[in-house]
Amino acid sequence: MKLQRLRSLVAKDLKRVVREPANLFMAIIFPLILTVAFGAAFGGIGSGSGDISYTVGLVDLDASGSPEWAEAFRDGIWATGALVVAEYDDNETAHDDLLQGSIDAIVVLPEDFGDSIDSFLEHPNDSGLWVNTTIGLAVDQGSMIVGAAVPPMIMQVLAQTISESQAMTFSLPLEIGAPTQVASSRLTQFDYMVPGLFSYAAIFLTMNVALAFASEREQGLLRRINLTPTSSSEVIVSSVLSNIAVGAFQVALVYGASSLMGFRAQSSVLGVAYAFTIVLFLVLCNVGFGLITASLVKSSGAATGISFIFILPQMFLGTFVPVSQEMARFVPSFYVTDALTSLFLRGAPLSSPIIMNDLLVVAVVGVATVAVGIAVFQRFGRG
Amino acid sequence: MTQTQVYDHAISVMDLVKRFEDVTAVDGLSFDVEAGEIFGFLGPNGAGKSTTINILSGLLEPTSGKATVLGYDVRSESMRIKERIGVCPQEPSFFPYLSGRENVELIADLHLMPKKERRERTDTLLDLMGLGETASRKVGKYSGGMIRRTSLAMALVHEPEIAFLDEPTVGMDPQSRRATWDLIRSLKERGRTVILTTHYIEEAEALADRVGIIDHGKLIALDTPRALMEEHGAGNLEEVFIKLTGRRIREEI
Repeated sequence: MKLQRLRSLVAKDLKRVVREPANLFMAIIFPLILTVAFGAAFGGIGSGSGDISYTVGLVDLDASGSPEWAEAFRDGIWATGALVVAEYDDNETAHDDLLQGSIDAIVVLPEDFGDSIDSFLEHPNDSGLWVNTTIGLAVDQGSMIVGAAVPPMIMQVLAQTISESQAMTFSLPLEIGAPTQVASSRLTQFDYMVPGLFSYAAIFLTMNVALAFASEREQGLLRRINLTPTSSSEVIVSSVLSNIAVGAFQVALVYGASSLMGFRAQSSVLGVAYAFTIVLFLVLCNVGFGLITASLVKSSGAATGISFIFILPQMFLGTFVPVSQEMARFVPSFYVTDALTSLFLRGAPLSSPIIMNDLLVVAVVGVATVAVGIAVFQRFGRG
Repeated sequence: MTQTQVYDHAISVMDLVKRFEDVTAVDGLSFDVEAGEIFGFLGPNGAGKSTTINILSGLLEPTSGKATVLGYDVRSESMRIKERIGVCPQEPSFFPYLSGRENVELIADLHLMPKKERRERTDTLLDLMGLGETASRKVGKYSGGMIRRTSLAMALVHEPEIAFLDEPTVGMDPQSRRATWDLIRSLKERGRTVILTTHYIEEAEALADRVGIIDHGKLIALDTPRALMEEHGAGNLEEVFIKLTGRRIREEI
């Protein structure tokens, strides 16, 4: 494989994208218009408010001889009517779910929770004999309501658990730690759509690749290249590289346009780079789908139609259309949208197991799909 | 690195057969082409000329028989052959979104020409083909004749040892055709071998050192134009073809 040939073929492919209006529209203008239009339409719509309940992850580490206090506390949370309890065995799992947005807050009952309450009830007026301890609290500040409402509600449940009083008018051996907050701004409907927009743009590369190969074959251009000492691997690799370049540009474009429309990723520069990497694996996957499509069809017209076999499921199951997660797990775009949602909306760390899993799935599927696409195209698609 | 192969003939074809399902396009063809020769392939459309060129240029595998180009076997060493030949296909294929210059330079790059050499050779060819002033325009906006000339420049940009020119002057105006003829003669002067497929009798007579007349996939005559005319008592190659087949070449176009 010669660099000069690859460079020249990549330049040729990029010129096609820029100079042919249909390609330019699909690769550059369409994602731009989509992002701006969605930003304008949904950017002002908040993430919702009203009579809804919030899920509190309860991590019960109480190892005292009085487990009934932890049970009473849990029942107290349920009794508020506004909070739902999800029980966890360890803090890490609960924290991951908080980052993913599966729950809204975490309450960690310490090992000496029961002992502390017992000590208070036995010596209510002698603080020197109390077992002092702290209840851990973390809230998802992605929802301002949760950040503001949950800590006082937990405090109220604690007071009720101990004294069956609705008010905290006395001091206690238990205090609620300062809430750890997942920093995020108020999320709009558009913010929730942005991760899907990245996937959306990449998905349409299936059509670009299929159309490019089908029309070049139709016009005898693949045959023309085949008259030179250029191997089919060089032709395909150059196409993969040029489409990765287009995909990277699309990602940057969607990121820039969504930022202009008010989106703020809750992620570091490294996180954004990480997100770009994940999307590029989806690009790779769709280049593979494009090669498979180009191999199946006889004409460029058919390439457009057949490419939707790959585009539509990814679009409806793996972008911003709300569907059942069980179905969505069959399409690679779901994992990209899921990972980007965690990174951009929840500020999840790069080491988050859920993001790592998403990256692994989309990387394996991307590499496998492009490998299958190359093999199928070499066998059936060169014409 | 390009290795130099020792060979007796620039092209050697023995009992070459190519079948497409129930159609035999090339039927037991045998001939040799010497280095530095302009070899004319004359025959009506569908006679098997382009199929033969496609086999020799590594695009098609023969059904049976043997063919070597510059000493390399067309079945097993097609990449070696492609490094050293240039092909101007019958149907010009070009990248419509690239300019004339970019199309020619792309082919030069695919042949790994050094940048400076590529630029100089492209300039020379485009000027020679009368495309110098329009070289920066997209080929998609070119006329048919300009496309033909661009296609010829694409075939010759890397100074191939053998040029396969399949109907290179179809659709050209008389002036461009003359320029193309001059270019073909200059290739011979520089020691290049040219395989010229044409159904223009006057083109074969004017350029070819030897002419192979092909019909229904078989070689029915092979000699210099003068010798063929003398042998068949004909005033031109058209008459030779009529005497051999009972038909005119260009009626079937």
